[in-house]
Amino acid sequence: MRIELKNVSKRFGQTQALDSVNVVFGEQKIYGLLGNNGAGKSTMLNIITSRYLADSGEVAMNGQPIFDNDACLNQIYLLSEKSFYPDSMKTGEAIKWAAIFYPSFDRNLAHQLAERFNLPLKKKITALSTGYASIFKIVMALSSGAPVLLLDEPVLGLDAGHRDLFYKILIERYSENPCTIVISTHLIAEVAGLIEHCVIIKNGRIVKDAPAQDLLAGGYTVSGPAGLVDEYIRGKRVLSQSGLGGLKTASLSGERPNELPQGLESGRLNLQEYFIELMNEEA
Amino acid sequence: MQPTFDSQKPLFLSIAEWLEDAILAGAYKEESQVPSITEISLSYKINPATALKGVNMLVDSGLLYKKRGLGMFVATGACKKLLRRRQEQFYEDFIRPLAAEAKRLEIGADELSAMVKRGYEQ
Repeated sequence: MRIELKNVSKRFGQTQALDSVNVVFGEQKIYGLLGNNGAGKSTMLNIITSRYLADSGEVAMNGQPIFDNDACLNQIYLLSEKSFYPDSMKTGEAIKWAAIFYPSFDRNLAHQLAERFNLPLKKKITALSTGYASIFKIVMALSSGAPVLLLDEPVLGLDAGHRDLFYKILIERYSENPCTIVISTHLIAEVAGLIEHCVIIKNGRIVKDAPAQDLLAGGYTVSGPAGLVDEYIRGKRVLSQSGLGGLKTASLSGERPNELPQGLESGRLNLQEYFIELMNEEA
Repeated sequence: MQPTFDSQKPLFLSIAEWLEDAILAGAYKEESQVPSITEISLSYKINPATALKGVNMLVDSGLLYKKRGLGMFVATGACKKLLRRRQEQFYEDFIRPLAAEAKRLEIGADELSAMVKRGYEQ
């Protein structure tokens, strides 16, 4: 399954939500779609699934245009903020209906997952708490059997224990049945170990699209006495710097050196710091 | 025994070191099976590809070997091999940072040797 966006743009009134986006979700990998609130993550996922119509550009699956193409859309499951179930429907009924509508939906799995999360099956979907509403969506998405899962903020409102369980079940599903998973989230530290490939979006533009390992290997931190750090970073590409009294830490882009001047220590960037620094860079 | 995700090294290296430590400590005996990629990625909530990369480092250096359809096993002689390699790395990994910190704290070479001796004998 290869999903490709070519020059996709979308405007809402004065806001350019997506600006000539080119990206490919092409392999059986766990992709991280990272960006601040309003960066365009949800817009992108909604365009892929034909819930929104792009102003311009192409969205294709295996070379076929996706828009309103049922054969393609059946292969993609989007977990999103919006839910399309009737108000009076109970969670257990939704599972039953999903199994009728979606041939690849695994009803047994849905029941197993519901049990592991303690999701009540006899409660109305609209009456679920924020956390359980998210759990319900997770259960439906992971049981969908779709080869492409788009998970837009899947852990919204989940407590730490349930988030942990979600990450475990996600790995289980992915190990048993490799598929393309795109997770958009702002809890970057939690998913850092799960993500194999990062797509970072800022103000509707893709600013990074690379394997997570490569992103982090592309920079390093240097810390020590402020004077020494200043001297060392002169002429180098500095991502950010912060000081505490006479001590200073700077994040630099480039390969981490083996040797540093006496008194300086180097460290590795972590995904969350890297992301924050990238967001703080001037556009 | 837990891998130390100290964020100072890539995750797959932490996984490789954790497995090496476990083999050295005798947690996984020679010719016995080590946890599967899925088990490792589940326990530490990391991408299976990352776990595989870590485990493959041990396969490449001949510490683990694959039995088709069964899983990964610790090779005969792995413990000895690891011991020798860790001994070779000991100077770089421990003595150099130790000496650097001693210099920073104005501890002389003689004083440092005496401390090492005291620590060793305790």
